[in-house]
Amino acid sequence: MSGLSYTAPSTISEAVALLANEAGLAKVMSGGTDLLVQMKIGRLKPSLIVDTKKIPGMIGIREIGGCFVIGAATSGALMGEHAGLVAAWPGVVEATNLIGSTQVQGRASLAGNLCNASPGADSPPAMIAAGAIAVIAGPNGTREVPVEAIVTAPGRTSLGKGEFITEFRLPKKAARSGDAYLRFIPRTEMDIAVVGCGIAVTLDAAGVCVAAKVSLGAVAPTQLVVAGAAAALIGNKLTDAVLAKLDAECQAVCKPINDKRGTIEYRTKVAGVLARRVAAIAFQRAGA
Amino acid sequence: MSKTHVTTTINGEPAEFLAEAGLTLLDALRDEVGLTGTKEGCGSGDCGACSVIVDGRLVCSCLMLAVEAEGSTIETIEGVATGDTLHPLQRKFIEYAALQCGFCTPGFLVAAKSLLEKNNNPTETEVRFWLAGNLCRCTGYDKIVRAVMDAAAEMRGA
Repeated sequence: MSGLSYTAPSTISEAVALLANEAGLAKVMSGGTDLLVQMKIGRLKPSLIVDTKKIPGMIGIREIGGCFVIGAATSGALMGEHAGLVAAWPGVVEATNLIGSTQVQGRASLAGNLCNASPGADSPPAMIAAGAIAVIAGPNGTREVPVEAIVTAPGRTSLGKGEFITEFRLPKKAARSGDAYLRFIPRTEMDIAVVGCGIAVTLDAAGVCVAAKVSLGAVAPTQLVVAGAAAALIGNKLTDAVLAKLDAECQAVCKPINDKRGTIEYRTKVAGVLARRVAAIAFQRAGA
Repeated sequence: MSKTHVTTTINGEPAEFLAEAGLTLLDALRDEVGLTGTKEGCGSGDCGACSVIVDGRLVCSCLMLAVEAEGSTIETIEGVATGDTLHPLQRKFIEYAALQCGFCTPGFLVAAKSLLEKNNNPTETEVRFWLAGNLCRCTGYDKIVRAVMDAAAEMRGA
């Protein structure tokens, strides 16, 4: 690891300048649970690590007018301990808390889980379903994009040189709304999703779905937003026919790989099954 | 590469060391501070043998840079016993034969201690999920889980 420098700036502008001006490979570090492993196996050889955790606001959860602002370097453990966030967005917290072990939960962050850009990452489908916005700082100022606009391919993001995510914003939870996330793995802990599915729904007073967002993970090079699946839910209650349509719409968009965790056929089938289960939980949480 | 001077508190005592940017906290503890009770199993955060508590939070020391530890309070396996008096978890691990080769044991003890500080009456399921990031290839886990449950009961005065 010779030729490597480490710095922990105390302001966003300082971090942006360090990232933008580094001639070699500069890597943003929050929890470091992916970065340090990739450095160890030699996949990444950064010349500069910019640790963002000393920047005020990068760690912590603030509730502002019903919206939640989550610092980009906030650990899964802190999210799981925040009663207000757990109550408002249980699916987002459950997804984040599925990442790794207790030890990893003490360090791993939402921004790292997203920007590592693994197709099987757990928190992104839940964040996408919840309508989360990523706030990005960079040399040209600040911009806000939906979470689904960050990952462009396995290991690649839409962030430019000098840019990094400073926080995530979850919208004010609507009345009669609920979110959920499930992943399928062949064991109960410490594994990578064969399929992940996040769904958020809002119902009307009669229990009919008026808004929905469905996202799938691990079935394509990036997380998918499944518009057809959301359309299958909107205007309906969760009948057998609606569940069948949701299942079919999710299966239709899958473009998974064959690997040791699952074949193409298996992943596609499981995507539909998981969507049915996740929708049931989300509807129940919304008061159906 | 220039080294950074890192000041920490380890097991209640001030501890200082020099660290290159890429040095992990695990390697600093073992090679710079001389606390070799913390083990390297996988080096990639999968096995938990390197578990330590940093500022009250259980972490894998192989997944943290030593320079990040500036100003931190660190607890390692060497701080679990009080002098010659073993921690209840350590006594119960011996009583239940919850170790064979012993390589994973420091990590299990530190992880279990952090669980009992957070939850003094965990269910077996909670113990198993909390310790899912600690791998043991000898015991089959059952004796470890029973030792942790019994230590918790003793510490509650049950």
